[in-house]
Amino acid sequence: MLLVTGLGLGALYFLLAAGLSLTYGLMRVLNFAHGVFLTVGAYTAWTVATHVSGNEWVRFGLALGGSLLVGAVVAAAVELTLIRPLYRRHVEQVLVTVGLALALTALTQGAFGADPRPYPSPGWMDQVTLLGGATVPNSRLAAIAAAGLVLAALAVFLRFTRWGTIVRAGVENRQMVSALGIDVQRAFTLVFALGGVAAALGGALAASYFGNIDPQRGGEVLIFAFIVVVIGGLGSVSGAAVAAGLVGVMQQFANYYFGVWWGFSAAGDLAVVALLAIVLLVRPQGLAGTAPA
Amino acid sequence: MTRHAVRAAVALLLVGLAVTPFLDVEVPGVFAHSLARPGTLQLLGLCLTFGAVALSYDLLFGVTGLLSFGHALWFAIGVYLTDIALTRWHWSLGATVLFALAAALVAALVLGAVSLRVTGIAFAMVTLAFAQAGSILVHKNPGGITGGEEGLGLDVAHLPDLLVGVVNTRYLYWIALAYLLVTAAICWWLVGSRPGRVWQAVRENERRVEVMGLRPYAFKLFAFAVSAVLAALGGTVYMLLVGGASPAITTGSLSLALLVMVVLGGAGTLWGAIVGGFLYQYLDQRLVALASSSVVAGLPAWLRAPLGEPLFILGALFVGLVLFFPGGIAGAVTRVRLPRRAA
Repeated sequence: MLLVTGLGLGALYFLLAAGLSLTYGLMRVLNFAHGVFLTVGAYTAWTVATHVSGNEWVRFGLALGGSLLVGAVVAAAVELTLIRPLYRRHVEQVLVTVGLALALTALTQGAFGADPRPYPSPGWMDQVTLLGGATVPNSRLAAIAAAGLVLAALAVFLRFTRWGTIVRAGVENRQMVSALGIDVQRAFTLVFALGGVAAALGGALAASYFGNIDPQRGGEVLIFAFIVVVIGGLGSVSGAAVAAGLVGVMQQFANYYFGVWWGFSAAGDLAVVALLAIVLLVRPQGLAGTAPA
Repeated sequence: MTRHAVRAAVALLLVGLAVTPFLDVEVPGVFAHSLARPGTLQLLGLCLTFGAVALSYDLLFGVTGLLSFGHALWFAIGVYLTDIALTRWHWSLGATVLFALAAALVAALVLGAVSLRVTGIAFAMVTLAFAQAGSILVHKNPGGITGGEEGLGLDVAHLPDLLVGVVNTRYLYWIALAYLLVTAAICWWLVGSRPGRVWQAVRENERRVEVMGLRPYAFKLFAFAVSAVLAALGGTVYMLLVGGASPAITTGSLSLALLVMVVLGGAGTLWGAIVGGFLYQYLDQRLVALASSSVVAGLPAWLRAPLGEPLFILGALFVGLVLFFPGGIAGAVTRVRLPRRAA
C-alpha cells in the first residue's frame, strides 16, 4: 500500500522531471515555469471535464486529450517567444521562466480563484484494487501506468527515431551536433513541447490523485521534481525515473513510520531533503550523471 | 554627475529619509496618507528593509555569481527565531537578536558547506530544497512552536516601550533605516576589500581563481554566510515592523521575489539592489491597493482578474525587463550617462 502510493507520487514527479532533465541536458535551460505546465494541464482537464456532458470515461478522455494538447501548445509558445530570444544566456533564461511562473500562477488564481476546486474524475479512480493483499486506490495505479508509458515512449523516441538520436547527441555534445549542420534549436522546441505534454499529463493525473486542483500545486510538485532531477543526474531520463521512484517511496515511508514519532507530518519532505544532501556529499553528479553538474 | 555630486545627493537623500517622520506632508498618488502617518512610515520601513535584504542577496548573486533560490530561508530564520524567542521564551530583545544571528551563521555555514559542493543550476536547486525544508517545518508547526498556517503574533511584553504601539512606528522606521545603512556599509566595505575582489573574480572565472592558488570554495562560503546573516537581521527588523511572523515569508516565492528585486535594480551594482528592493516592495504593497480600488472594479471581468493579482503584474513586468532591459535600472542609468561608450 505504502509502496504503491509512494510509486504513484514518484510517477507524478517523474512526469515533471523527465521534461526538466531533458531541457536542461540539451540546452542548459532550467525551466521554473515547468510547474505551470502542470497547473495548466490540470485546469484544462477540469474545464473540459466540467463543461462536457456524457459518459464519465468519455469526459475523462476528452479532458486528458485537451490538457495534453494545451500543454504542448503552451510549452512550444513559451519556448519560441521567451526562451529562444535569450539563446545561450542561461541566467536570463532562468529569470524569464521565474517571471512567467509568477505571472501565470497569479493569472490562474485570478481566473479560477485561490481555493482548491474538486475534480470530477471517473468513479473508478476513487475505487480500490486488491493488490498482493493490500487495497490500492486506482488513481495511484493510473499515475504509475502513465509514467511507465511515458518512460517507455521516451525511451523508444530517444533510441529509435531520428529526432531522438539528435536529442541524445545534443545532450552529449551540442556544439558537435550543430557543427554537423543539424538544427538543435528545432529539436529543443520539440523537447520543450514534449516536456509540456508530460507535465500536463501529470497535471491531469494529479487532479485525480489529490481529488482537487489548486493554483499553487504546480510549484509545490516542481520543487520535488527539481530534487528528483538533481538526485537522478541532470540530463538523464532513466536516472530521473529511478530517483522519482526512490523519492516518492521514501517520502511515503518516512511519513508513515516517523510521522507519529516526530509528532508532525513533515517527516517525508524532510527525509527527501536529507537524501538530497547525502547524494550531493557522496556523489555530486547524481545517480546517473557522468560529470559534476 | 561627478563623484562629489553623487555623494552630496546620497547624503541629502539620507537626511531626507531620517527626517521623514517629522514631515506632515501629503504626497497625492504616491502614498495614501501623509508621510508622518504610521501607515506610511510602516510602508516606507518595509521598503527600506527589503532594499537591504535585496542588497544582501546581491552580495551572493550579483557580486559572487551564486544563483541561490533559498535566500528566503535566512530571512525566515531571522523572523521566526526572533518571534519565538520573544514570544515563547520571553527573552530580552538584545539576547534574541544575538541568538537569531548566531543561529543563522551556524546554519549558513553547515548548509552552505553542503550546497557549495555543486555549482550553477544544481546549487540553485539545492538551496531551493533546503529553503523548502525550512518552509515545511514552519508550516507543519512542530510542537506548536511556529503557529503553523496561522502565523505567530508578537508578544510585546518584553520589548522596550519605545517599540510598542502604533504611535511609535517612527522608531521602527528608524531601525529599518539603520539596518539598511549597516548592511550597505558592510557590503560596500566587503566588496572593496580583498575577499570582495576574489568574489568578483569567482563570478567572472572560477577556474582562474583556482589556478592562482586560491580556494574559491572558502570564499564562496564566506559570501554565503555574510549574506545569510545580513538577511536574518533583516528578518528581525521585518518581524518588529509588522509585529509577528506569517508562514508566507518562508516560501520559495520570497526567494524568487528577492531575485526579481535584484535583477530589477541591476545585479552586482549594490545600489541597484537597494533601489530594486525598495521599488518592488512599494509596488507590491500599492498594487494590492490598486487591485481593490474602484478603478479596477469598474473594468470588465477579463481585465479585472489579471489586474487584481499583483504578482501577475510584477511577473509580467519582470519578463519584459529581462527581455528588453538587461542590466535593470542600474544598466539603464549607465546607458543614459555613458551613451557612446556602451559598445
